[in-house]
Amino acid sequence: MSRSSREKIRISDLHAFYGESHILHGIDLNIRQGELVTLLGRNGSGRSTTLRAVMGMVGRRSGSIMVNGNETLNLAPHRIAHLGLGYCPEERGIFSSLNVEENLMLPPAVRSDGVSLDELYEMFPNLYERRFSQGTRLSGGEQQMLALARILRTGANILLLDEITEGLAPVIVQKLAQVLLKLKERGLTILLVEQNFRFAAPIADRHYVMEHGHIVEEVHAHELEAKTELLNTYLGV
Amino acid sequence: MATFLGINLFGLFGQLLVGLINGSFYALLSLGLAIIFGLLKIINFAQGAMYMLGAFAAWMALNYFGIDYWLALVLVPLAVGAMGILMERVLIRPIAKEDHLYSLLLTFGVALMLQGVFTHVFGSSGMAYAIPEALQGGIKLPFMYLPAYRAWIVVASIVVCGATWWMIEKTRLGAYLRAGTENAQLMQAFGINVPLMVTLTFGFGVALAGFAGVMAAPVYSVSPDMGSNLLIIVFAIVVIGGMGSIGGAILTGLGMGIVEGLTKYFYPEASSTVIFLVMVIVLLLKPAGLFGKEA
Repeated sequence: MSRSSREKIRISDLHAFYGESHILHGIDLNIRQGELVTLLGRNGSGRSTTLRAVMGMVGRRSGSIMVNGNETLNLAPHRIAHLGLGYCPEERGIFSSLNVEENLMLPPAVRSDGVSLDELYEMFPNLYERRFSQGTRLSGGEQQMLALARILRTGANILLLDEITEGLAPVIVQKLAQVLLKLKERGLTILLVEQNFRFAAPIADRHYVMEHGHIVEEVHAHELEAKTELLNTYLGV
Repeated sequence: MATFLGINLFGLFGQLLVGLINGSFYALLSLGLAIIFGLLKIINFAQGAMYMLGAFAAWMALNYFGIDYWLALVLVPLAVGAMGILMERVLIRPIAKEDHLYSLLLTFGVALMLQGVFTHVFGSSGMAYAIPEALQGGIKLPFMYLPAYRAWIVVASIVVCGATWWMIEKTRLGAYLRAGTENAQLMQAFGINVPLMVTLTFGFGVALAGFAGVMAAPVYSVSPDMGSNLLIIVFAIVVIGGMGSIGGAILTGLGMGIVEGLTKYFYPEASSTVIFLVMVIVLLLKPAGLFGKEA
């Protein structure tokens, strides 16, 4: 086997369906270790579905999704995370029947070197102060921190993050950018679905642009300026 | 005779005790229903049949194998729970993706079949099961005579319900269950084996009914229709309490038993309908139930 050990995710010709709806039409993408890659595109272009397809949360998938060199297409959904994946859904997925600390401790460890509870509380002091509050009583920003902290604790080293800046105040978006950069420094691999291009542009290594369930463009960070106009057309900004 | 403000205390406390005992069974059964409904989103109509199965299993264990009450109290819930696990894996799992109405009808069918088989084999007249020796007799309190076995029912039921509540609300395993109830798909994405959790939860919920069945054997006659009679009331209680809450299922079960007991004393004619009356009132004023979350 000649797989590159630095390749964390390789998706080839991925088709995904919800019931009869064909959402993804042959996606190809790959992410190397330590990269921060975004999926850009309008609502409904298939970005969230791509993340959900990786986690086994869509109706039917075909093609290939390699995670850390393992084919996951025929893996039971609960086994996928254990390849080192951490998923943060768009709606954040904070459980209202659990308090903050229970939410934080909920996902089982998928690798051995997760971020410790103390370190997480240091990174997000608000979560410590509110650790006995009901999860959904937190502010939107705090909930987002919780959703992120929760998967860091598991030791996941490939993060799939869906619209983590959505609806948050600029100061919190800034804080999130700092956190992502810090994680990148640690060597974590991040696939980010993002609407907020201003947030994504300075921190990402590469961008994939999606439209109608296809990847229509790949843009490296150094090409951003040259391709700004093209991106604007695709993203409709 | 002890009276207070013209109330016959012997009669009142006697009915209260009967109410508490019925309430203990209501609580155990509605607790099992609530746990199963939370994760599987199906109403297990077979819960009454599993209770009946528990009572029969205790009777058969004693009469065929000489297994006494105390051992049956441990073994029978395990056996009934295993039946539940089999039922979930073989019957419910294959149609889990369909409308939940199908699983509901399926559990109803299973209940009728079990009841039919036991009626065929044992007849419908019912059989006696002796109170275990250690719990025979009773204590004479100033205001009433308290049979030991009946006190035991109330205590054991409260302990089992309380332990179940604690396990679900306060432990990590319970956190899995609560989170799975809210969003099973996300739990799966976190790497938790939800299908296994569903199977074990169903088994546990059904085992609670089996436990109630063993407890009931010495006080009610062991008969094939004991479950279906009780289940109608338990469903009304579940509606009153609301499906959303584990603690709510327990409290409503006990509370409705007491309401029923009090009615039996003050206005016996209404005692068999009072729970349904409460159900109608609750449905009109708070459709999600007393402890349920408004949708």
